[in-house]
Amino acid sequence: MSADYVLMKGNEAIAEAALRAGCRFYAGYPITPQSEILEYMSSNMQKYGGTFIQGENEIASMSMIWGAAAAGARCMSSSSGPGFDLKQEEISYLSSYNLPCVLVDAMRYGLGDGEITAGQDSYWEAVRGGGHGDSRQLVYAPASVDECVQLTYQAFDKAEEYRNVVIILTDGAISQMIEKCTLPPAKEHDINKFDWTLTGKPLGVKKNKVYNLDHTIGFEAWEKLMRNKFKTMYENEQRWEEFQTDDAEIVLVAIGISSRVCKSAVRQARKEGFKLGLLRPITVWPFPRKAFEKMPKSVEAYVTVEMGMSSQMGEDVLLAMKHQKPFYSYLTTKYIPKAEDIVNFCKDIKAGKVQQTEVF
Amino acid sequence: MADIIMSGLGGQGVLTAGKILINIAAAEGKNVSWTSTYGAAMRGGSASCNIVVSDEEIGSPYPSQYDILFAMSDEAYETYVGNMRDGGTVIINSSMVGEHDFPKNVNVYAVPATNEANEAGNSRAANLVMLGALIEATKLMDTQKFGAGLNAYFEKKGHNTPSNLVCYQKGVATVEKK
Repeated sequence: MSADYVLMKGNEAIAEAALRAGCRFYAGYPITPQSEILEYMSSNMQKYGGTFIQGENEIASMSMIWGAAAAGARCMSSSSGPGFDLKQEEISYLSSYNLPCVLVDAMRYGLGDGEITAGQDSYWEAVRGGGHGDSRQLVYAPASVDECVQLTYQAFDKAEEYRNVVIILTDGAISQMIEKCTLPPAKEHDINKFDWTLTGKPLGVKKNKVYNLDHTIGFEAWEKLMRNKFKTMYENEQRWEEFQTDDAEIVLVAIGISSRVCKSAVRQARKEGFKLGLLRPITVWPFPRKAFEKMPKSVEAYVTVEMGMSSQMGEDVLLAMKHQKPFYSYLTTKYIPKAEDIVNFCKDIKAGKVQQTEVF
Repeated sequence: MADIIMSGLGGQGVLTAGKILINIAAAEGKNVSWTSTYGAAMRGGSASCNIVVSDEEIGSPYPSQYDILFAMSDEAYETYVGNMRDGGTVIINSSMVGEHDFPKNVNVYAVPATNEANEAGNSRAANLVMLGALIEATKLMDTQKFGAGLNAYFEKKGHNTPSNLVCYQKGVATVEKK
């Protein structure tokens, strides 16, 4: 970490990184554990000359994002749990016209109101969601406050590169923790630089419309364009971190707070000569399948560590390793996993005491 | 370098004490993490934060065993004393934590933090008395440097008072090994 660090909460770091990336429109609605993003934006957006709006609810806020994105602004919204559900419809609409924006989902645990504390069981919603229809969102899963900064800063570029929604998927723990981070320089975004935005046009010049693209360019062309875009994202955007996987016998797969605990688990196990490794997806869509192709022959099994009641990421891991290795999940529901419990679970796997996890 | 749990009652300044600690440790070049319980916290309820100070990259910011316990209330002591590593350090606010059969595997230090802060006319600064005791007992950082860092922290916030440092120094001076 450079000498120019600052200490920030994950949520604040995301908001500051967005402002520095040129985000000049934020609309949202409070809900724990992401409310500091909204609070930070309300206090700091004015300094950057942008607009902050707390909408009457999540749907209204997200509709405003639709408008800002259509105008070419760098814009962002954020939510958690049931609040993020309410953004799904608009994600679909933004996708239908290929509009870029950045959304943050700070996962909290449970169904319905659930808990306000950390969870990772909204994984499916982030990687399989996107409202009705057939769309994909680039989904980043930061595991530190510094990564919250770097990924959010980059997310705006990626959103525009692909004209696509980009999701920053954190959890209540990463969002609420304070760590050192390094802030990138502030930059300005030119709202008029795109040819597809809604801007005033002289009389007689064809105006852009925010309309389902298939109506504009024809269904066949639209379908091809979308499929190619998602394929390109899948090919080019897979990102991951490997920690001590070179000779690993068991590879842990985890994101966010669980991956941090897994790192401690790997260190603990290695001290005892037990060869654990960690494969940490940084993008969860596209899931880093390429990482699994390169895993060493020493790998005997994969273990996901997830704060959920059923293995959601397990589906992606099984696909990525093509069902070639035994698979287990260490699931901790609403509780933060403990490093020694993960190590013991893996020891039990080695000893043949654990049944493989069913993914359904 | 140290896994720390700081706990007490809402309103005692436990979370702030944690933030001061990580600010000063970070300025000393350490990696730090601060996580707190959040949600239905209220004055008089329990409040705690986990702190990791390390020379290495920090893995889990939620240690399950601790090197240092900073207990401002009896409940804080009771809750966490069983999760201490052998040779760990327990700092208790003896104004609030009663007599216990202290376990043999840890070193216990006591400071009447609430009383000391009240005597200094800065009743909200019991957390700073405790910080003084923690730094003196653990030598986690240089006591003088930490005092300067504490002053700088409040200066930056724009509401420092000389009695903040006085309270911290009282902690350094009056902490006693049990």
